[in-house]
This record gives sequence, C-alpha cells and structure tokens, in this order.
Amino acid sequence: MAHIPEGILSEPVLIGGAVLGIAMLGYSLKRMPAESIPQTALLAAALFVSSLVSIPVGVSSVHLLLNGLMGIVLGIVAVPAILIALVLQAVFFGYGGLVVLGVNLVNLALPAVLCAIVIRPLIHNASPRKSFWLGLLAGGLGACMTGILLTSSIMLSDPNLIPAAKIILLTFVPLMAIEGVITGFTVGFIKRVAPELILPKEGRHV
Amino acid sequence: MSNALHAQTDQSGTSAINYLDPRTRLLTAVLTTVTLISIDSLVILTGALVFAAGITALAGLGAFSVVHRLVLLEGFVIVLLLVLPFTTTGEPLFELGPIVPSGEGLKLAAVIALKINTITLLNLALIGTLSPLQVGNALRLLRVPGNLVQLLLMSVRYISVLENEYARIRRAMKARAFVARSNVHTWRTFGWLVGMLLVRSFERSRRVSNAMRCRGFNGSFTFHSESQWKVFDSITLTLATVTSVCLIFRSYMT
Repeated sequence: MAHIPEGILSEPVLIGGAVLGIAMLGYSLKRMPAESIPQTALLAAALFVSSLVSIPVGVSSVHLLLNGLMGIVLGIVAVPAILIALVLQAVFFGYGGLVVLGVNLVNLALPAVLCAIVIRPLIHNASPRKSFWLGLLAGGLGACMTGILLTSSIMLSDPNLIPAAKIILLTFVPLMAIEGVITGFTVGFIKRVAPELILPKEGRHV
Repeated sequence: MSNALHAQTDQSGTSAINYLDPRTRLLTAVLTTVTLISIDSLVILTGALVFAAGITALAGLGAFSVVHRLVLLEGFVIVLLLVLPFTTTGEPLFELGPIVPSGEGLKLAAVIALKINTITLLNLALIGTLSPLQVGNALRLLRVPGNLVQLLLMSVRYISVLENEYARIRRAMKARAFVARSNVHTWRTFGWLVGMLLVRSFERSRRVSNAMRCRGFNGSFTFHSESQWKVFDSITLTLATVTSVCLIFRSYMT
C-alpha cells in the first residue's frame, strides 16, 4: 500500500483529506448490510495478504496496491476495506499514522470507487478473455490515479516539495504496468473459476 | 512478513505503557501528531525526538526492531530528503559545479526528517504495542460505527488463516519448481495466485456466514472489555492536551 507518512503534509491538506475520507466512509458503510460483513472481511483479508507479496520487476521488486482489484471485487465497500488495511499497517508495522489516515484513504479509495462504478459492470458482462483487458485497465488506472493523487497531495502541502514529488510520480510508472498485468490475470482467472464473485453495479456479496 | 504480523499480537501487559487504556493511547497519538505537524522549530523537534525515544524505551520495544523500522521508512521519503536541499531556493551553502544546496532546503529536510521519525516512534510505542483486538475494542468505546469495528475484527481474525492458505499455495508452487523471475509467466502465476486466494476466501466466507447465522448472529458482537479507565488515564490525557495546546499556540504566535 502506498501511503504518505505522518509529518509531510500541511494542515489544510490533512483536514481536506479527513473530511472527504469520512464522507466516503459514511456513504459506503450505509451500503454494507450486517449479513455481508463476513464476506467483506474475508475478501479484505485476502487482499491484505496479497498486498504483502513481493513481485519481482527488473532488478527490484514491488508490493501491489490492489486498489483497482478491490473496487472490482468489493464494489463500493472497498472504502472500509482499504481503511482497515491502512489501520492494520499502522498497528502491525508502525507505517502511516492516524492523522494522515484520511488523505491516504482518499488516495487509495477514490480510484477503487471509480473502478467499482465504471469497470465492474463491464467485467460482469464480459467474457474471460475480454475481462483480462478490463482488469488490466482497472489495475493500471488504480495505480495511476493513486500516484497522481499522492503526488498532488504532497505538492499542495508545500511548493518546495514539487520537484521531489515529480520524481516520486515517476516510480509509479513501473508499478502501474505490473499492477495492470497482474490485476488482468486475476480478473480473467476469477471470471473462469468463480464468475459469481464479480457482481453487477448495485450487487453486494450476501 | 508473518513474524511482523504475529510479533505484535502477543503483548501480555508487562511494559509500563500497558498501564494506559488503549483509548488514551489512541487519543494521545492523535494529539501528539497534530502538535508535531504544526511545529517548525528545530530545537523543539529535537527535544520531541528525545522524548519519543524515551517513551519507546518505556514501551519495552527492542532498540534493534525500532531502528530497523525507522530505516525501512518509505523509499520516497529518502528521495524527498535527498532532493529538497538542491531544489529549494535560498542562500547557497556552497557551490560544487551545478550542485548548489541551500540552507533553507537543508533546514526543511531536517524538519521533515525529525517530524517523520518522532511521529513514527510515538506511534510505534503508543499504537504498535496494542493488539488488533484492543484497537477494535477501543474504537468501539470511542463510538466508531459498529459495523466498521466488526469488519476490522473479522479481517484480523482471518488474516492469519489466509496467510496459511497463501503459504500452502506457495509450497505447492515450489514443489512444481516455480521460481519468481521478472517475466510474464511469473506475473500470470501471481495473478492466478491472488485470484485463487480470493476464490478460496469467498468460499470460506460463505461457510463462516452460514455458521454464524446458525448460531443466531444478529449483526452485533458481544465484547468482553478488559480495559478500564483509570485516574492515571485522565491525568495523562489532560497533560497531553495542555502541552499540545501550548505548543500549537506558540507555533502560531511566532
């Protein structure tokens, strides 16, 4: 999970992120009935475990964000799932903090929600072969948007950070490619093995 | 990764930090972070770093594991700190051909580095020593929506289960002589691996959900709360609030 550590962002950015994050969370929690909690929790746990896997790319390796995939599998409920992943990272590993949580949530969840609304219904109706390409789009879009949101929240905080933020944005280019390819294969696999996992637009796992 | 996941879950209350209620620790972490963000003075930040190191020692965290985590800070922070002195406009410190670091940039980099490390230390001591169960319970008592808390606790419950599932699949891959390289075959395999984890977790969730319904799950968990609010918690929280207000007030005055 890409997150900004505590101590870099300025107060207006932090407050804006918190307000937007709470609004998104409130909206999506209303759309999560109590019966769907086990399904959401287990899928969120599976995605958390997957994001810890390191994938070799060239001479280095990356960890996946998987926010595009979260949007496709969980729909709008991806918002609380991402929040939980961020909280657990703070508790388990000491990364990220509670004040910057809002900004980090928005940076990851906004692309996920976009994938949930736009790409999920398309994949629901697509063939396994075609859903590879739609999954690729979702994964690439998720990483790309997160990269842009993350660097813009740094740039908005302090104009002195703009050159450094541009370099950070460059590191998202390989991540975007790998994220797209792997999400594509995952979505194609799910469409062949368990197509009922990817629901239409308003669907929930119950 | 499993070491990191499980090392934190067993905190049986031997260190001094465990006298504090989890709620106090969460609220103090937020307060100190908000305060540190508003401070720009190098002297106060250095003092805060020493204080945070003291708290970390009090929390009984091993020096090695703490340093390990600070060094492992996000790669992009390192980029940020290296680039800042050269891109910020201000008085040049010295000239080395095209390389001209400025005093202002160096100060900004130092301020950010101090803030990040101090806040990380405090978070490690205050939140990192809590078990996910304690966090869930504290959030519930702080009036966080019930279904969010349940989602957190259920995810925590199944992360270790799905980790075992993941380890099982990786062993099966190893038995078939899979070696992770930078090629399409590897990426396809990892894509299918993630897919397999999702499919299996989904099947398991149906069984769990049915079992819960059989036992009359009505949408709310019953909590057994071990933590109790003590006078010490009120004192700590009051002290933290007063210090924060003073420091924030001071930094907006100057």
